[in-house]
Amino acid sequence: MDATTTPAMTPARAGRVRPARRIADRILRVSCTLATVIGAVVLGSILIMLIVEGIRGFSPALFSQPTPGPGSEGGGIANAILGSLVLTTIGIVVATPIGVMAGTYLAEYGRASKLADVIRFLNDILLSAPSILIGLFVYTLMVRPMGTYSGWAGGVALAIIAIPVIVRTTEDMLRLVPGTLREAGAALGAPSSVVITSVTWRAASAGIVTGIILALARIAGETAPLLFTALNNNSWFSANLMGGVANLPVMIYQFALSPYPNWQGLAWAGALLITGTILALSIIARLVIKPQRSR
Amino acid sequence: MPALSQSIAVARTRPSVRKGPSRGLDAVFRTCSYGAALIVLLLLGGILGSIVYGGWPAFREFGFGFLTSSAWNIGTEQYGALVAVLGTVASAFLALLIGVPVSLGIAIFLTQLCPGWARKPVAMTIELLAAVPSIIYGMWGLFVFAPLFARFVQIPVSNVVEGLPIVGTLLYARVPSGVGVLTAGVILAIMIVPFIASIARDMLDQIPTVLRESAYGIGCTTWEVVRHVLVPQAAVSIIGAIMLGLGRALGETMAVTFVVGNANRLSASIFDPSSTIASRIANEFNEADGLQLNALMALGCLLFIITFIVLIVARLLTRRVQAA
Repeated sequence: MDATTTPAMTPARAGRVRPARRIADRILRVSCTLATVIGAVVLGSILIMLIVEGIRGFSPALFSQPTPGPGSEGGGIANAILGSLVLTTIGIVVATPIGVMAGTYLAEYGRASKLADVIRFLNDILLSAPSILIGLFVYTLMVRPMGTYSGWAGGVALAIIAIPVIVRTTEDMLRLVPGTLREAGAALGAPSSVVITSVTWRAASAGIVTGIILALARIAGETAPLLFTALNNNSWFSANLMGGVANLPVMIYQFALSPYPNWQGLAWAGALLITGTILALSIIARLVIKPQRSR
Repeated sequence: MPALSQSIAVARTRPSVRKGPSRGLDAVFRTCSYGAALIVLLLLGGILGSIVYGGWPAFREFGFGFLTSSAWNIGTEQYGALVAVLGTVASAFLALLIGVPVSLGIAIFLTQLCPGWARKPVAMTIELLAAVPSIIYGMWGLFVFAPLFARFVQIPVSNVVEGLPIVGTLLYARVPSGVGVLTAGVILAIMIVPFIASIARDMLDQIPTVLRESAYGIGCTTWEVVRHVLVPQAAVSIIGAIMLGLGRALGETMAVTFVVGNANRLSASIFDPSSTIASRIANEFNEADGLQLNALMALGCLLFIITFIVLIVARLLTRRVQAA
């Protein structure tokens, strides 16, 4: 890019702009573009790595058989897939009512009150709190008293991560609903709970659903809080979810760092599966929110 | 709306003809939403309480020495936080050093340079980076990045700096395996870039177009517009965004556990393996009991304090601008 500083080009192309200014401008343009290219290359590199390494492990057995023992051949990750589904379902089922109701309080009842301000602030902090600390919290709260790792503890840990995401998006989306709609509802004689459920929630439903999908995408790949709560298991878990419950993230963590090629292959297949799912969820969330933004 | 609330009050005093069941539910609904909001409050308190409770025996046993000791000996039950705390701070600092220029570059590219048709796909690509689970970054770091890093950076740099003062210790890899504090810093940088970039982009977008147009109108180059108009306008909130990224980098667990090397050794070289608070907890917690468990909880407590101070500052900085 230094070639542009040759005197021959100066009068014709750049008028009276001093070379120093032009060089600074060029450097900015080039480095900013380069930064964006780096970002895209990294994402591309991650996806290529996952596809190349992961696709080899895809087979019917992957979805029908439980994880094999150390060093043995064959097997699949069906128990981990099912376990992850169960854990994220518990997480979302617990988090959605709490998150939506808390978001409703902040947007409809609390609004500018001191308490609402404090909760809003703490929720924002909880949103970025290290997930490993949430794992420690649930360990102390549930695993230690119960004496065993359990799927319930894992689900609760995931719920605690999902709640702030849902609170934040619910509040933001409810605030976008015009006040005139609420007044119209109230003028018809509807009590505030009816106005909120059948007017405000309805108007903001796409946004609230987006928040829930985003929360789902966030907790589906969480590993750290599950290490101390749901742990992992190489067999089918029991129906009461006591003891370790196999799940994809912890399975990937343990298998990827193991010395057995078969386990490593399964870890890659699981990694591809989980990343594909999460990226798909993120894209769906964007598509759901689109009609709201363009309005 | 005094008129509206007055008329509602009037309406309430009259005997209502149709009194639906929803009147009673109204109070229940309100209480539920209040209760849900309080749960959020309790969660944060619960997290702090449980970690302090779990870590208390270790703090009592080692006192202030817990912070200054670099020992981590399970056999003799001597535990100190120094290596993990330094590893955490060093890797997060390196992440900012690498990540901040890149994220600001991306934000400026997206708001100022990018042609209209490419804005959405590029922004989406960057934001998808934020959705990739941290464990995938860990695998990418360990299996793709670390070997390349060892071969093309660690070994050549080590050969050049060997024996030199200062840089010879700072940039010398005893075992060029690719994992270490700097590798963790690079992976963390990649992970925080999408966060900082997307907040910074929002902040740059909020600046009134008139300001930018007037600057261009008096003949400013893009660099001058960015340097003298956009950056001063958005500075506070961009610093807030950076702090938010720092908070994430400090507490990130899985990706770091893969690439930091998990050694408890005090080393001046950023090429050497070390530990962070989060990686140490992730590694040892399940096999720990007794005092070791308490020491790990105490580490968690330190992490809580460090990250929450950073996050509070970050939120205060980003909030002030939003309110203005």
